[in-house]
Amino acid sequence: MSESLRNDGRIWVPKKKGDTRPPHQIPEEERDYYLERLYPSYGNLAPRDIASRRAKEVCDEGRGVGPGRGGHGVYLDFRDAIARLGRPVIAERYGNLFEMYQRITGEDPFQVPMRIYPAPHYTMGGLWVDYNLMTTLDGLYAIGEANFSDHGANRLGASALMQGLADGYFILPYTIGDYLAHAKPAKVDPQHPGFRHVQGEVDEQVRRLLAASGRKTVDAFHRELGRVMWDKCGMSRNAAGLKEAIGRIGALRDEFWRDVYVGGRGEDLNQSLEHAGRVADFFEFAELMCHDALHREESCGCHFREEYQTPEGEAKRDDERFGYVAAWEFAGVGKEPVLHKEPLAFEAVHLAQRSYK
Amino acid sequence: MHLTLHVWRQRGPGLLGGFVRYAMTDVSPDMSFLEMLDVLNQQLLARKDDPIAFDHDCREGICGACGMVINGRPHGPQRATTTCQLHMRSFSHGAELWIEPWRARAFPVIKDLVVDRGAFDRIIQAGGFITARTGSAPEANSLLVRKPDADLAMDAAACIGCGACVAACPNASAMLFVAAKVSHLGLLPQGQPERDTRVVTMVAQMDAEGFGACTNHGECMAACPKEISIDFIAQLNRDYWKAVVSRTPQAARKDGGDG
Ligand code: FES
Repeated sequence: MSESLRNDGRIWVPKKKGDTRPPHQIPEEERDYYLERLYPSYGNLAPRDIASRRAKEVCDEGRGVGPGRGGHGVYLDFRDAIARLGRPVIAERYGNLFEMYQRITGEDPFQVPMRIYPAPHYTMGGLWVDYNLMTTLDGLYAIGEANFSDHGANRLGASALMQGLADGYFILPYTIGDYLAHAKPAKVDPQHPGFRHVQGEVDEQVRRLLAASGRKTVDAFHRELGRVMWDKCGMSRNAAGLKEAIGRIGALRDEFWRDVYVGGRGEDLNQSLEHAGRVADFFEFAELMCHDALHREESCGCHFREEYQTPEGEAKRDDERFGYVAAWEFAGVGKEPVLHKEPLAFEAVHLAQRSYK
Repeated sequence: MHLTLHVWRQRGPGLLGGFVRYAMTDVSPDMSFLEMLDVLNQQLLARKDDPIAFDHDCREGICGACGMVINGRPHGPQRATTTCQLHMRSFSHGAELWIEPWRARAFPVIKDLVVDRGAFDRIIQAGGFITARTGSAPEANSLLVRKPDADLAMDAAACIGCGACVAACPNASAMLFVAAKVSHLGLLPQGQPERDTRVVTMVAQMDAEGFGACTNHGECMAACPKEISIDFIAQLNRDYWKAVVSRTPQAARKDGGDG
């Protein structure tokens, strides 16, 4: 669901472990509005990394709500907002989201609190670009969320919109025009050796995927990889887990190229083959994420290393050692990526530790 | 729950297709319709059969990629709901489902349930771009938009271009889609400079793609997952005639806005 719902919804879980009563039967004094309790000044609007970790924590304690899977959910309750503002105001603000929720769960959030749980939906960071938004390839620009420029270790709500507008409206009109004014586009020729080379690579990849012996579907590999990332490189990570993940991803990749079953042909629309190509990329990307997470020995934004936290369990940064952007250069499949440090220099506003208490 | 599916299978464009019967057991009512098909595809792959091709992307009801006709209704039985947002609790145990691609001459089948909706892209392209100064932000109050206009433009902009309107229409007309796209910009001040050109070129492209004419059945509005109103078709007709009657040499150009 959208983060905007936290503007008016209150997040809570039962105080008691394994409390299976329906939400309306749990009296006020037996509810734990844990974000309001832990962060009195920000409450339910605590940043998403903090709100996510706390949700995971209460669920890990056994106080999660909802059926199945060990109660992976916390309540997001609009009862008080509806009483305060009236149903029409809430409907005007969140009507479409309420409808979407009802469609998915069959429950009406006007009557029953929503059940939510944090999950990754994008990766943070992106392709390295210069100030003109050009990548390391001459003439190839990466704009919007695909580049790394405007978001660091935390991705805030509406950053997709913000970056789309900022890049498209304010930067590109100047920089692309400038590039095009100087560039002398060469003739595009499929006989060019560069093109032939890449074509050969793609053909070979397709051939290998279709020729693999085929004991497990692409989807099975995708799920297994997702599980590794969720467990070891998710809302909290540690060095031992990350090292284990890197090993497991490498092994899984080998197994994938040997044992995947794609089926069909390369000449027709073949969604299983498309999926296989993507999962092949995901292996490389997952490996890189683990490398980066292992390298960064501090907790910063959504990157929470269990070894680096305050006694209250908050993220502990290390600006001395890690005050830089890590731009990783691809060195080939299965090879260690090369680190390029881009220092973060703060001139007007200086780094400080923010408290949400 | 148990279901019997009859799914349209067609190996490629222009080939003969037909319904194939699949028995599904242990379908969870909490699954989405596409998840149910995912499960079926895993079963097909496990026996080395060709999985069913179907389009999907966001699975949140916002991108317009998904879409199939379920028991004769585009996007299935639930009002204002895309196929990806349709859940199996909308069906009863033992139900028999007939699943087909969008049927329209302008949407040729690529494979199974996947059709080529390039025609929609070409209509949008024909509309061209709007002239807006980029590089610096205008003062926010320099462009006033009345609240009713803003709301209406927003309603039109809700169109996700899925093509259900075409699939629902006995004439396979794309009028609701074109009407939504034309009105969305036509209602806003930013859309005024090219308003006449845009409507003329988009309608011309729509006709060239082979979509049928509108004869006011209203099926499109009933099938639309975003509940776009056919009032916008009336608006489109008004805009079109106004543009044609007051046609200037510029409005007759076929290549869209000339920013
Ligand atoms: S998959 Fe995006 S609208 Fe259904």
